[in-house]
Amino acid sequence: MSENIIEVNNVSKAFGGVKANVDISMVVERGSITGIIGPNGCGKSTLFNSIVGYHPIDSGSILFEGNEISHLVVGDIARLGMLRTFQQTRIYGEMDCVDNMQISVSHRPGSQATMFASRRGEIRERAEQLLEFVGLYSKRNLISGDLSFGQQKLLEFAMALMNEPKVLLLDEPTAGINPTLINGLIDRLRRANEELGITLCVIEHNMRVIMNLASDIYCLSNGKMLASGKPEDLQNDPRVIDAYLGGH
Amino acid sequence: MTNEKILYLGLGIFGIVGPMLFPNYTLQIAMLWIMVLMASTWDITGGQMGYNSLGNITFFGVGMYVCAAIQVSMFYDLAEYTASYGAIKPVFTESQYFIGLILGIVAGGVVCVGLSLLLGLAVFGLRGPYFAIGTLGVAVAMREIVTTMDTVGGGAGISMPFLPLPIEYRSLFFYVLCFLLAVAAHFTIRWMFSTQFGLAANAIRDDEDKAEAMGIPTLRYKQFGWAVAAFYMGCIGAVFGNMSGYIEPQNIAFPLPTFGIFMVAMALLGGKGTLWGPVIGAIAFHIVKETTWTYLLDWQYIVLGLVLIVNIVYFQQGIMGWLKSMYPEKFGIVVDKSTNVSKGDA
Repeated sequence: MSENIIEVNNVSKAFGGVKANVDISMVVERGSITGIIGPNGCGKSTLFNSIVGYHPIDSGSILFEGNEISHLVVGDIARLGMLRTFQQTRIYGEMDCVDNMQISVSHRPGSQATMFASRRGEIRERAEQLLEFVGLYSKRNLISGDLSFGQQKLLEFAMALMNEPKVLLLDEPTAGINPTLINGLIDRLRRANEELGITLCVIEHNMRVIMNLASDIYCLSNGKMLASGKPEDLQNDPRVIDAYLGGH
Repeated sequence: MTNEKILYLGLGIFGIVGPMLFPNYTLQIAMLWIMVLMASTWDITGGQMGYNSLGNITFFGVGMYVCAAIQVSMFYDLAEYTASYGAIKPVFTESQYFIGLILGIVAGGVVCVGLSLLLGLAVFGLRGPYFAIGTLGVAVAMREIVTTMDTVGGGAGISMPFLPLPIEYRSLFFYVLCFLLAVAAHFTIRWMFSTQFGLAANAIRDDEDKAEAMGIPTLRYKQFGWAVAAFYMGCIGAVFGNMSGYIEPQNIAFPLPTFGIFMVAMALLGGKGTLWGPVIGAIAFHIVKETTWTYLLDWQYIVLGLVLIVNIVYFQQGIMGWLKSMYPEKFGIVVDKSTNVSKGDA
């Protein structure tokens, strides 16, 4: 379990004069759940966007399964098996839930997604199973744009699972979700990690969630890597407490 | 019997019996099928993918010219033929004519596929209104290029070979070609959108960045959809060129202000993003158009303009979209009737 599926080495990214990421290094171990925390605007989402190829990085390198991916674009990286969900949930709003799921099948070489594959059969069954898994089965035929925000988040998560990624980067999976549903979501994230073998990398503001979920946590502040380690270490790290956990 | 089967039966019977009952209107009904084809193929990218092309007429004209060039140049020197402005009255034997026509139609479609793939690389980088203007620019450019190409007659055009059949069969012959092409296009589109392709197209329409982030190779889907439209537009252009007997770039091959816009208007009127919308829209539009041309001459464009304005301002969902919102259960759309939507069962 010591193999690193993602290695970020000294990555910097600036938008004009704003240095969003400065010399960031981190690793995500295969099969782990890794957390990223930090105050708003500290560069967490920028780091995510850099990893998945949403924008080019200024310097540094990003390795996925040992291969350099910092020059690749979003689609190429997704087809390697690394997916992300969005902070502002993004689904296909005018299609129903099952259709949303079915089109989310993996487009990796050798996967079942050919351009004119049938919509019936195996794809549909798996789509319905996963909707059951996230608890949206009874909503499966509804137009997804009509779902509540929380349900759309669950749908987006299920769509990501449908894709059978190797790594899933989740940008604030519990933001906007009804607190009573959060435990269910944590449980599902853990099951996706354990049963489906998907490595997770999670940006999260909810400390209770991330401390429970993650095995390793990185804390960013002002675009720099402030601290990293086990959840219990970070909880007691004065720098982290000062920057984030309520020093003010 | 479902509504759809009734539609197929009705249109099928009309398609076969129509020209027999109204022989004087054969070419008018042929035009109807051409417009159905135009609107339906426009909808592949325009309605289903959200890429509103204003340049699909490019393929109509290119198909027409490719076909004409092949028909003539197989047996004559094309440049000499066109330079004579119709003074050379070539005689094509029956086999020469039909071989040339069939090859020409197929080549018209195939060349347009190639052209659309190439153009797609450039224009599919554009989105929204930029894509619309970009494709319009392609059509205008193509029209001007053809106008300056002397080999194909430039602005003077080409007189097409005569159909070597008794004159009374001429309309019917081209009618059959138009009808068959429209039917083929319809069922191709129907099949495409019953597969995963249809879902990918709609995903691109709803959120292309998300689709890309999920690993869907969006460019390939867009190119393929456009190539299918280009193929049928090329074929029908080839047929239309022969049907009109004489082709030139400005009004027949690249009729931007008429058919170039009509095909979009028809799809919008019928309801874009649906299989039947463009078909129904084309029929409704054709009826309005022909009625106004007959009874309100000089006012026809004003009436058409009014229809367009009302359609775009007050009736954006089109006929099919309106039917869907009125009778969702008939279209298999499930509406959540519970008021408490946020209460999931998670």
